[in-house]
Parts: sequence; structure tokens; C-alpha cells
Amino acid sequence: MFASIRLLTPVFILALFAITIPPAAKPNAVAGLAAWDQVYSVLVSPRCINCHTATNYPQQGDDRHRHFANVVRGPEGFGVPGLNCISCHQESNADSTGVPGGSSWHLAPLSMQWQDVNDRPMSSAAVCRAVTDRSKNEDMDRPALLKHHAEADLVLWAWNPGRRPDGTMRTLPPISHQEFVAATRAWVEAGTPCPKGR
Amino acid sequence: MQPALSRRNFIQLTTAATGGLLISLYLDKPSAIAQQPPPPKVYPPDAFVHVRRDGHIVITVNRLEFGQGVQTALPMILADEMDADWSNVIAELAPAADVYKDPMFGIQRVGGSGSIAHSFQQYRELGAKARAMLVAVAAERWKVTPDQCRTENSVVYGPGNRTARYAELADDAARKPVPQNVKLKNASEFRIIGKRVPRLDSRSKCDGSQKFGLDLDLPGMKIALVAHPPVFGGRVKSIDDRDARSLDGVRDVFEIPLAKGTAVAVVADRFWTAKQARDRLKIDWDLSGVEQADTVQLLARYKQMALADGNVALNRGDVKAMEQISRANRIIAEYEFPFLAHAPMEPLNATVKFEGDKAEAWVPSQFQTMDQVVIAEVLGLKPDKVTFHTEFAGGGFGRRATTDSHIPREAALIAKRLRGTPVKLIWSREDDVRGGYYRPMHVHRVEIGIGRDGMPAAWRHVVVGQSLLAGTPFAMMIKDGVDETAVEGTKDTSYNIPNFRVTVHHPTVNVPVLWWRSVGHTHNAFVMETLVDELATRAKVDPIAYRQKLLKADAKKLHSVLELLDQKSGWRKTLPRGRAAGIACHESFDTAVACAVEVSIENKRPRIHRATVAVNCGLAVNPLTVESQFQGGLGFGLTQLVAKGAITLKDGHIEQRNFDGYAPPYIVDVPVTIDVHIVPSTEPPTGCGEPPVPVISPAVVNALSRLTGKRYRTLPLTII
Amino acid sequence: MAKYRLSVNGSEKAVDVDPSTPLLWILREELKLTGTKYGCGISACGACTVHVDGVATRSCVVPVSLIGKREIVTIEAMANDPVGRAVQNAWVEKDVVQCGYCQSGQIMSAVALLKGTPHPTDTDIEESMGGNLCRCATYVRIREAITTASRQIKGAA
Repeated sequence: MFASIRLLTPVFILALFAITIPPAAKPNAVAGLAAWDQVYSVLVSPRCINCHTATNYPQQGDDRHRHFANVVRGPEGFGVPGLNCISCHQESNADSTGVPGGSSWHLAPLSMQWQDVNDRPMSSAAVCRAVTDRSKNEDMDRPALLKHHAEADLVLWAWNPGRRPDGTMRTLPPISHQEFVAATRAWVEAGTPCPKGR
Repeated sequence: MQPALSRRNFIQLTTAATGGLLISLYLDKPSAIAQQPPPPKVYPPDAFVHVRRDGHIVITVNRLEFGQGVQTALPMILADEMDADWSNVIAELAPAADVYKDPMFGIQRVGGSGSIAHSFQQYRELGAKARAMLVAVAAERWKVTPDQCRTENSVVYGPGNRTARYAELADDAARKPVPQNVKLKNASEFRIIGKRVPRLDSRSKCDGSQKFGLDLDLPGMKIALVAHPPVFGGRVKSIDDRDARSLDGVRDVFEIPLAKGTAVAVVADRFWTAKQARDRLKIDWDLSGVEQADTVQLLARYKQMALADGNVALNRGDVKAMEQISRANRIIAEYEFPFLAHAPMEPLNATVKFEGDKAEAWVPSQFQTMDQVVIAEVLGLKPDKVTFHTEFAGGGFGRRATTDSHIPREAALIAKRLRGTPVKLIWSREDDVRGGYYRPMHVHRVEIGIGRDGMPAAWRHVVVGQSLLAGTPFAMMIKDGVDETAVEGTKDTSYNIPNFRVTVHHPTVNVPVLWWRSVGHTHNAFVMETLVDELATRAKVDPIAYRQKLLKADAKKLHSVLELLDQKSGWRKTLPRGRAAGIACHESFDTAVACAVEVSIENKRPRIHRATVAVNCGLAVNPLTVESQFQGGLGFGLTQLVAKGAITLKDGHIEQRNFDGYAPPYIVDVPVTIDVHIVPSTEPPTGCGEPPVPVISPAVVNALSRLTGKRYRTLPLTII
Repeated sequence: MAKYRLSVNGSEKAVDVDPSTPLLWILREELKLTGTKYGCGISACGACTVHVDGVATRSCVVPVSLIGKREIVTIEAMANDPVGRAVQNAWVEKDVVQCGYCQSGQIMSAVALLKGTPHPTDTDIEESMGGNLCRCATYVRIREAITTASRQIKGAA
């Protein structure tokens, strides 16, 4: 009896969704959107969004305040001569001095901004659109997005962000990297659906 | 001989923040001033100037060089009277010794913007005496009279084309008696004084060779860091140092007493080792019985106190005249000022070596006499057994002059335990930001009754803030419950306010406080100059014209700078939209300053496009130094306006750690250009170290008020 | 403790130190090159600026273990560099320094700026020098000196 309920539950769910979802949507769109919610929660967490700014500066800290010492984006997102990102940020975390590091530390390009010019995170719909727009995301197709989330050094950094100057550990994104990759995969397999609206 | 200072100036200076009434036994003042001149102290030239065989002239500077340029300006004065070849002059900083004490204050120190003001006459006489002794030797050799000789560029010229270089004459000159009286040059004869002379220490500060206190390296030297209590006055209950001692290179860990409370010293071979060891210490602190100051609570308390009159600093006329003025013609204003840290670029440090019967100290110190005495006390020595070297300092702004000499005291305590080993005590930047000795927080409450002529007719001013002098050796200067340093800039205003009452409350708070470059003027000038500007706006009168009208006629220096500023700031009249001009003027330490700034608002911050400054500092010994001091001083003054320019406390703990939380002005925060104009004067020189600081913040805020229509009475400026 | 061979001002230097030690303290204490200064220890002030493989680097936050074979150049070597010399001469000509403590770092940052942008605009100067703190506030003269130096430098360094 339980087995049949288990078998029937997806049928009921599908039937339900068949009524509520417009015919053009993929059958697993809801799961995809739920997976995107998970992905979005990571993208707008401080460890990621602090470098996806719409301004000429990065942010830092869990309160996402403007990065100290007036560091600026520069023409390519690597800072400016005399004050580059890599003037301080090396290829790996410097826990003894509290400076995070990773491969080629730099700001995400303005096309990859996930907040507005007033430092407010963009909506889930807006970020989703930006992330899936190949004219903005450095031409990443769906498999490339998944690979980026799974393997890119600066992405991985978010789960190994190192110590602050006061000795405490930086906070991690809301889900583990494994969960993040799984959610990305689910979202990708669902055809990277985006929420409607602004 | 020209008088160094008028009696009024002398009295003002001796009651100034940094040292006041230590009436000097060593007044080197000419008899023109006093009825009964005290016997002048003889300053032996050989302690101040040494002519080497190779022709170099080494001039000893009785002040710390910490940016103000004194290691160039004082030698200029001496070299001019001496007719020395400037290109051969080398400056050295004097060690601590009796002969190097400030002639006015009687202790060796730098502060109160007094270096040139107090030593101008002294260094002139030294130069003239040195010259006279050299000429005497030449005259003797040539069998002529000194009158038949003249001097120029380190050469004595005698009759019949005879010449002798100073270097050839120096040894014999040193054996000559020092003349009691010398004739000084007329101002028209100055060849160096009054010229834009580049600094002597420029190159070495550009190529990394200049050594500061922190750079000292001695054989066998150890580094010490101190773990201070997290709340001022706390005491060590227990220490677990096993983790700390396990590090390679840690030499010792032990408790030391502080002026209030106790702390733990860590000594190691290297700075990084000491820092890591200190980070690993597990200290149990006893915080019982110490007040846990909290700036939110203090602010509420201060505002409450400000509602009532305090101790009377000034009562002129009758402020009850206010009652005759309708409410519509009154201004009631409340101002808030935070604690400020000095944060000089070079972290605080002191190096001491104790050898039982004597000691040696190397300190970038603004207070050599006091520091030497304290080191000697700690080590059980007489002060003259402590050889005290004055190192170049990376800034100070008052921080390196504390009445308790707490930095050298800590160093001496540690050196005592490590007898025979030189110990360099370093305060990390975190120690500095959290270590106290701040410009105190203040609240002002002002009520102004405006007369029919638009001028202030009645003015009641209440100041609330800790006394700088209470609990220090200078406490006796507090009269009738008033610490003058809290009201300077208001009480002594040159504005003509007929009914003027200034009172002050001095709460006792468990936060050590200290004079911060320009001291009481930092907050008092802000209040006065923003209120006067508001009055000018209400009266629809140009802000410079209003001030000229409101100032007393005899405020000559202030009138002169306002006039000069008016001439040089014609740009005020043709500003583009979105930009406004702001004006402020102030006299402090006998120097008058007027400033105009051009401001717009960019990214929610004031963007200062330019500043034009007019200065009256009497004779400008080195106009280049004066220009630099004013450009720099304006920038320093903006520490009061930058968004992160506040030290705050919560439950006794300082909330800021380093320059991330307490961020002084960077290049973007200061004017892009600053042009400085000096009123030509032959009056005795007055200081330039502090006078720039008070004017910039009110000038900028006055411009902002014109842009936004708002009044800004809370510092730092976080919202515009 | 670990052994490192560092390239400093063109020479190889062997040190035996705790790997977590910032480069700043290696330079100052092991190699006695005190021209590079300690101002804050958290890269907020720039007093510790050196060049690492030509990149202006804040040595107070870079542990020696992360340097590797990269070439380190300090203020002490600037007199041997044409851009360095031009900057130092401009600094002296314009009487920039006051206490001088921050100036090694200012000069190292300015040299990096001019090597990257030989003819910087006012905005370029402000951005590149924007993270160097000077409590004496010599900023106005720093701007002038950089502009002066840029006129002395012929072409890219």
C-alpha cells in the first residue's frame, strides 16, 4: 500500500502542477526554481556578493560595508597601479594576517553585478536573468555554469574564506559547497528557469 | 634687541594646554619687557652649534622633529645670525638635558605650537654669540678689532682682503668666553630667515635611510609588547602563558603595574613572535570596581548636564539680557563631539637599556624632561644617570607628550627586569587605537539672543567635557573648577559679545584623555564658527564681512587674515551650481587663520575642491614650512569630519580596532589644492603647528549648510 | 621555523623564520631594511608598500610563505631605478615630507602608478594613492610631486 502511495504521489503532484503551470513550462520547472532559490541564497551571501558590486568598489564583511582604504575597481576589476587587489590578496588565504586570498583575486565585471548602485542585492529574478544572460556572464552556457560553480577557485574560496584580522573565522554561505553544486545541477537540468517578475 | 613676546602672550602661553604654569627659571627674555628682569640663563653655544674641521656646521635642535619642520627652521635662525653657509648646515636632535629646556616652559618639550615662538630669540642669540666668538679669534689673529671684520657664508673677512673660514677658527673660538650681550641683525639683514628654505631631512625621508624610534636596532635588543586590560584600570587576575611561551623566541612573560591597573608584558626576539605570543596569552581580568564607560550613556549624561550652568569660566555683562529677546530671534544649539585618537603614523615606542647604575633611553618624545624623570624613577636612578636620546618621530600631534609618561614607564619597567638587555617596547596599531589618551568627547549647549542689528546680543554657552589636567601634575592650573583647555576658543574669543556667559562641567570618566593638536580649539572653534556663520546667514551678510564687523577692533591679527582672505578668495563669487564656499576664522596660540573652502557633495561625502588660507603668524621664519604646516594642518583637522572619525566605547570596551574602524583622512578626504597666504609681518613669530586645525571643519560644514540648508552639529559627519 | 630564499633588491637572501611572519618583519628585522614601515599591520595605510614582481604590495599582510621566487624591491632600491629616482627627486623638489614616516610607502605606490600610467590624470593619482594614509596630510604636495615626476619620465619605464 505504501509503495503504491509513493508511486502515486508524483502522479498527483504532476497532475496538480499540470493544472497550475502554463503548458509551456517544463515539467520539472518548480524543482528547478526551488533549486535556483538555493543557488541565489549563496550568490547574495557576503562571501560572494561582496565582489559582485555595481559600483567602483568592493565590499567586505558580513555587513557588506565598503572595503577600507578606498580600494577601487579599476578598468579591468583588478584595481589600479599602486593599489591592485593583489597588492594585498595573495593566491591563498593569509590567516596569520587576516587577508583572504585565492587565484587571481579581482572583482567580478560590472556585467556580473548582483546588487544595485546603492549596494542593495538585486532580486532573485534579476540575478537569475543576469547569471543566465550569455552576453553578461562571459558567455557561459549551462554546463559551463555548473563547472564554474563546482570548480572555479574563487567560488570554492567562499567555503574556505579564512580568518579575519581579529582571529575569528569568516562566515560561510548558507549551504555547503556540495549542496550548492547539487542545487546548481538541478537548476541546470531543469533548464535554468528564472522566477518571474522584477 | 627685539622683544620675543609681549607679556600678554607670555601669560597666554604659560596657561596653554601643554605645560602652563611651570614658570621658567630660565627666562631668556630681554629687559625691555619686565620691570625686574630675572637673570638670563646662559645657553652655551657649544651645546648648540659645532663647526667641524670639514666646514660642516652641526646645529643642535632642542625640540623633537615630528613633521613640523623644526629641524630646519631653528637651524635657519641660528645660521642666519651666525652668517653660516647654509649649504653646510646639518641638524641634530638634542638629547634630554637642562640646557635644552624650552626657555619659557622650563622643561624640554614640544607642544603648544611654541618651538619657534619660544626659541626664536634664543637661537638668534646663540647664532650671534657663535659669530662673535669666531670673529674675536680672527680679529685677534689679524690684530684688528672685531668691528673691522665682517662675516658671510662661514667666512670672516678682515681688512686688507684677509679671510678665514669658520672651520679654521672653530677650535680657538670654543675657548673664547661667551659674550653676555650680542647685537642681533635687523630684519632687513636676514639672508635665511624669511626665505622658502627646503627641509634638511627631505632626502633621507625619501630613500628609507631616516631612522625613527621604531627603527632602532641595538645588539642583543629584545622586543616587548604589553597586553593591556580591555577596560581602563582593569587588573590581571591570572595568566596562562603556556601556549605563549611555547613559541620559539619568547623570552619572558610577566605582570607589570600600570598607572591604573596592571598588564602583562611579553618579551621576544622578534616583533612577530611577541605579537603571536601575546595573542596566545589567556588572561583572566579583574574588572571589578572600574567604571565601564559607554559613549551612548555618556552622551545622554552630558546632554543632561549641559542643561544647567557649570563652573563659571567667563561672565561678561548679564546674560539675562537674553530674556528681552523674543524666541524668534534666538538660536538654541546643541553640539556633540566624539573621542578622537591621535593615531600618528609611527606606532608608539620606547627603547630602554638598564645597566644597574645607569640607563640609556631612545624615545621619539615630545616630553623629554618628564620622560627622563619617569624612567629614572622606575629604575631607581637620578635623572642625570639616564642618557636620553630624542629620536625622530613619525608624527605625534600631542600623543607623545603624556603627563604620566606611560610609554617610557612601561619600557623602563620591562628593561628593569631584563637588566643589561636593551628592550624596545612597541604599541601595535590596535594598542594605539584602543589605548586611551583621546581628545575627550564633548557636548556644547549654546543659546544666542540676536540683537536688532543682527549681531549676538546675549550668549550663554555651556561646555561639558573631561578635564585634561585633573589628576595630572598640572592640576593646580584648574581654577574655580575650570580647566581652561576645555573652553579655549570660546572663552577667549575676539568676537564682541556684550553679554557672554561661559560655564563648564568636567565629569569624571574612566577614559584617559589628552591634548590633541590644537586641544580645546578643536571643538570650541567648530561651535563658534558654525554659529557665527549661522548668524551671518540670518543677517544676510557676507560671512567674511559679518566676522569683520563682529570682531573687536583690536583683534588685529584676525582682521588682517580676513582682509587677506577676502582678497585671495575672489573665486567665492563665481562658483558653479552644486558648489558652495564656506568660511571660518580662528586665532589660537597667537596665530590667526582665516579659511575659505569650495565644497560640493559627491557620493554623499563632502568633496573639497580647494581651500584658500590666510595666516598671520608674525614673522614667518620659513614660509615654506608655514605653507606645509597649513596644508597639512587643514588635512589633519578633517579627522573631525570623516565618517569613521570617532572612538566609541561600549561597556568599557573600545569598539574600534585599527584603521578599518577608525579611519583618518585619506587623499580623497582633503582639499585637492590648498593655497596659503601669509600676512607680511615683522612681529615676533608665533606658532603654526596647531592653528590650522580648528578652522577647516567649520569652514567645510558652513559650505555644506549653504548647499543643503541643514546645520551640522554632530561630529563626525556621517550623514550629510 | 622554515628556510626561505628570497630575492630582495636583486640579491638572494636566506632566512630561517616562522612561515606565518609577514614579509614586512622579515625585511625590517632579518634583513635590517627599515625603510619599509609598520603603520597598521592590516594593509589599511600603505606604509609597508614594496614591489613584488613589479606589483605594489602591502608587505604587512603577506606571510613570507606566500612569496616564493617573486622578486622583492624596497624603498632602499628606488635610487637605482629611473622612475624611483624621478619620484624621489620630485618629492625633494616639492618639499613633500613632514614627519616622513609614511613616505616610503607613498613613494613605492607612486612609482608603481607611474610605471603603470606614466601620465596620470588627477583622478588616476587619487585612485592609486587613495589607500596611502598620511597623518601629516601631505597629500596636496604628493599630488604635485607625482605630476612633476611624470613630466620627468620619458616614456614607459
